[in-house]
Amino acid sequence: MIRVLFLAQLREQLGTAELHIHNDSVVSISTLKQYLVTNHSHWEPFIANSKLLVAVNHAYAKADVSIKSGDEIAFFPPVTGG
Amino acid sequence: MSFSIAVQVHDFDVGHEYAALTANDTAAGAVVFFVGRVRDMNHARDVKSMSLEHYPGMTETVLQQILEEAKGRWELLAARIVHRVGELQVADQIVFVGVTSVHREHAFQAAEFLMDFLKTRAPFWKKEITSQGAIWVEENVKDVKATQRW
Repeated sequence: MIRVLFLAQLREQLGTAELHIHNDSVVSISTLKQYLVTNHSHWEPFIANSKLLVAVNHAYAKADVSIKSGDEIAFFPPVTGG
Repeated sequence: MSFSIAVQVHDFDVGHEYAALTANDTAAGAVVFFVGRVRDMNHARDVKSMSLEHYPGMTETVLQQILEEAKGRWELLAARIVHRVGELQVADQIVFVGVTSVHREHAFQAAEFLMDFLKTRAPFWKKEITSQGAIWVEENVKDVKATQRW
């Protein structure tokens, strides 16, 4: 099971905070994005946003990073703290 | 006191942080600290209050990494980052960054470095409550550019 979190404004845009995914075709950030858009077509503009940031197990990650069961993936907008 | 971070709902006390940063340290000839506060205007919108969200777990990890990087670049004796989350009012304190060093150059530079990277790496998000409703704060291009000098 892959745990997927949507944070801040993205959570409000998608209306979802967290998903649990059991799917063998989801093996990387890019295949995860494809899976999300295939299953929720109205999420496409938000998931395809080039400014969207991704973390795998609390570390920033790029699209080609591989993911596996047990991982925690978080999608979120550019950060604005400080 | 050495190198530490805190992510917390409650307010911090600058005097207490200063005392802790310098306690039992007779080598620290320079102390630099920065406090970020909630201001009443942003992009010509009047801000009533602010809600600060973060990503528990990753926030602490990133702040520790930023501290480690600063330690590697400058001769620091101690450093501290405190960042608040939750509901904040205008003029409330948001963030404290404090650094001590033998001489001021290292302390000044490290404090600026810590703030620049905190603003662009640490997973915090501000939502302003204004007279026009709730507005998520947009990424500031100036902040992204500021990290390029390091």
